[in-house]
Amino acid sequence: MTVVIDRATGKRRGDRAPRPGPLQRLKHAYQKYWYAYAMTAPVVVVLGVLVLYPLVRGVYLTFTDATSLNSARTIGANHIDATYEFIGLDNYADILWGPTAYDRFWSHFIWTIVWTALCVLLHYAIGLGLALLLNQKLRGRTLYRLILVLPWAVPTFVTVFGWRFMLADAGVINSVLDAVHLPSPLWLEDTFWQRFAAIMVNTWCGVPFMMVSLLGGLQSIDGVLYEAAEMDGASAWQRFRHVALPGLRSVSSTVVLLGIIWTFNQFAIIFLLFGNTAPDAQILVTWAYQLGFGQQPRDYAQSAAYGVLLLSILIVFTSVYRRWLARDEQQLAS
Amino acid sequence: MSTTTVTNPAPADGAPAGTTRTRRPRRRGENSLAVTLTSHGVLTVASLIALFPIAWLVYLSLGPDKDDYLHPEDILGKMTLDNYTFVLQHTPFFDWLKSTLVVSLGTTAIGVLVAATTGYAVSRMRFPGYRKFMWVLLVTQMFPVAVLMVPMYEILGELQLIDNYFGLILVYCSTAVPYCAWLLKGYFDTIPFEIDEAGRVDGLSPFGTFFRLILPLAKPGLAVAAFYSFITAFGEVAFASTFMLSDTKYTFAVGLQSFVSEHDAQRNLMAATAVLVAIPVSAFFYLVQKNLVTGLTAGGTKG
Repeated sequence: MTVVIDRATGKRRGDRAPRPGPLQRLKHAYQKYWYAYAMTAPVVVVLGVLVLYPLVRGVYLTFTDATSLNSARTIGANHIDATYEFIGLDNYADILWGPTAYDRFWSHFIWTIVWTALCVLLHYAIGLGLALLLNQKLRGRTLYRLILVLPWAVPTFVTVFGWRFMLADAGVINSVLDAVHLPSPLWLEDTFWQRFAAIMVNTWCGVPFMMVSLLGGLQSIDGVLYEAAEMDGASAWQRFRHVALPGLRSVSSTVVLLGIIWTFNQFAIIFLLFGNTAPDAQILVTWAYQLGFGQQPRDYAQSAAYGVLLLSILIVFTSVYRRWLARDEQQLAS
Repeated sequence: MSTTTVTNPAPADGAPAGTTRTRRPRRRGENSLAVTLTSHGVLTVASLIALFPIAWLVYLSLGPDKDDYLHPEDILGKMTLDNYTFVLQHTPFFDWLKSTLVVSLGTTAIGVLVAATTGYAVSRMRFPGYRKFMWVLLVTQMFPVAVLMVPMYEILGELQLIDNYFGLILVYCSTAVPYCAWLLKGYFDTIPFEIDEAGRVDGLSPFGTFFRLILPLAKPGLAVAAFYSFITAFGEVAFASTFMLSDTKYTFAVGLQSFVSEHDAQRNLMAATAVLVAIPVSAFFYLVQKNLVTGLTAGGTKG
C-alpha cells in the first residue's frame, strides 16, 4: 500500500492502525478532513442541485411516454397537469430494436462514430503538423501563430455562418470549383456532401486548440534530449518518433480524450449549418435535440432516452480509455 | 533534413571552379533552405485557410444587398457601412448584447467563486471519496446537451424560469462549475506545495493558507477559468435557442439565427452583426491567449 502524504497538512495516510468502529471512523474522518469537505461542499451542493436532480428526473422521464402534449403546461391562465404514464423500458427497446430502429438510431450512431473518429484524427494530425512547423526557428512564427489561432478565437456561431455563406449553392466555393471545371456539389442538400461539409467545418474550427496544446507540449520538451539524439546520429524522423512523440504522451492523451468528448457532443456546428433540414447528417446529439425540441409534438421521453444512451456511451468509452492509458503507462514503467 | 553537416572544404556543387566558397556550417536549430521554404509555404496556405472564411464574412458584410453573397464581385463597386449603422440602430443588437453579457458574466462569476476552494481542496488533500469526486467532475464535463435539456426545461418551466436570465445562468453553471474546478485544480497543482507547508509551519489554517497564500498566486489560473466559462456561455447555442423565447432576451448566438427565417434572409445584416460580435471577443481572446495556454499546460512557479 502506498503511503500518501497530505501535502497541505503534512499528515500521512495509508499506514493507519487497525480499523476502529464505524462511528469512530466517521468521527475520525470528520476531524481529519473536515476542511477538505468544507471546501468541496459548494461544488457538491451545486452539482447535486443542478446536475444530479435534473439527471434523476431525466432518467425517470425516459421510463414514461412524456411528450409536449401530455406534460404539465400552462396555456394562458389554465394550468394543465401532466398525464404521462410510466411505461418502463419501452423507450429504450423502441430506440434500439423497434421498427425502423436502423433509420432512427443506428444510422445516426454509425455516422456519429465516423464523424468523431474522422474529426479527431484530422484535428490531431493537422494540429500536430502545424505545431511541429511552428516549433522551429522561423521568421514570422508569431504572426503565423496568431493567424492560425483565429478559428478558435472567433465564436463558433459566427464562423459557421461564414461557412454557410461560402457553401451555399451559388456561394464562393462552388463558383471557384465551377471556374476550374470541377463538379460543384450541393453542399447543404446532398447527404454525402452535407456530411463532408460538416467534417470540413468542424476540422477548421477544432485544429487551433490541438495545435496550441501540442505546441505547448513540444516546447516543454527539454532541448537537451534532441541534442543527445542528434549526437547519437538520429535522423529527423527518428528524433520525432523517439523524442517528440513520447514527450507529447501526456498532452496527447488529454487532448485526444477532450477532442473525442467535444466532437461527440458537438452541437453548434451541425445545428447551425443545417438547422432542421438535414435528417441524415444529424449526429446523435443534434438528432436527440430535434426529437425533443425541433418537431411537433415534442417527444420528451425519447429525447431524454437518447441523452441517457449518449452519456452511457461516453462514460463507458472514457473508462476504457483511461484504463487502457493506465495499463500502457505501467508497461512503460516496468 | 539532417543537420549534421560537416564543413565541406571542396567548392560547393555547381559553383565554378576556382571560387573557394566554403559553406558556412549550419548551426543546430537552423534548417536548410528547402525546409524553410516548405515550412513557410505550408504555414502560409494554412493561414490563408484559417483566415479566409472570416475575411469573407467581413467582406460580405460590406455589401448593401441581401443577395450580394451570390455575386461577391459586385460588392467591390458599392462598399458601404450601411449594414452596420442599420444593425446598431434598427435591430435589437443592444438588447442581445445586454442579455449575452448578463448571462455570460453571471455564469463566470458563479462558476469561479464556487469552484475556487474546491479546486484547491482536490489539488492538495487526499480525502476519502477523492477519486469518486474527481470522477464526477470529469463525467459532468462530458454531459451531452441532450441529457439535461429535457428535464431542465421541465424544472425551469415549473419554477417559471424559462425565458429568464437567471434560469439560463443556472443551466450554464451545471457545466461551468465542474469545468472551473477541474481547470483550477490543474493550476493549483503547479503552485509548489512548499508554499503551503511554509504557511502551515507559520500557523495558518488550511483556509488561511488558501486565502492568504494560494489565491493571490493563482490569479492567472483564476483568469483562465473565468475566461473559459465566459467563452463557453457566450458561444452556447442549444440551451439559449430553446430556453430564451422573447427576442429582446436572445443572446447573440440565438439572435444571429433570427436573421434567417423562412420568409426572409437578411444575410447582409447577419454578416454585419456577426462581425460586430466577433471583433471584441476575438480581441479579448488574443489578449489573454498567452495566459490561456500556459494556464492549460505548464503554469509558473514564480512567487
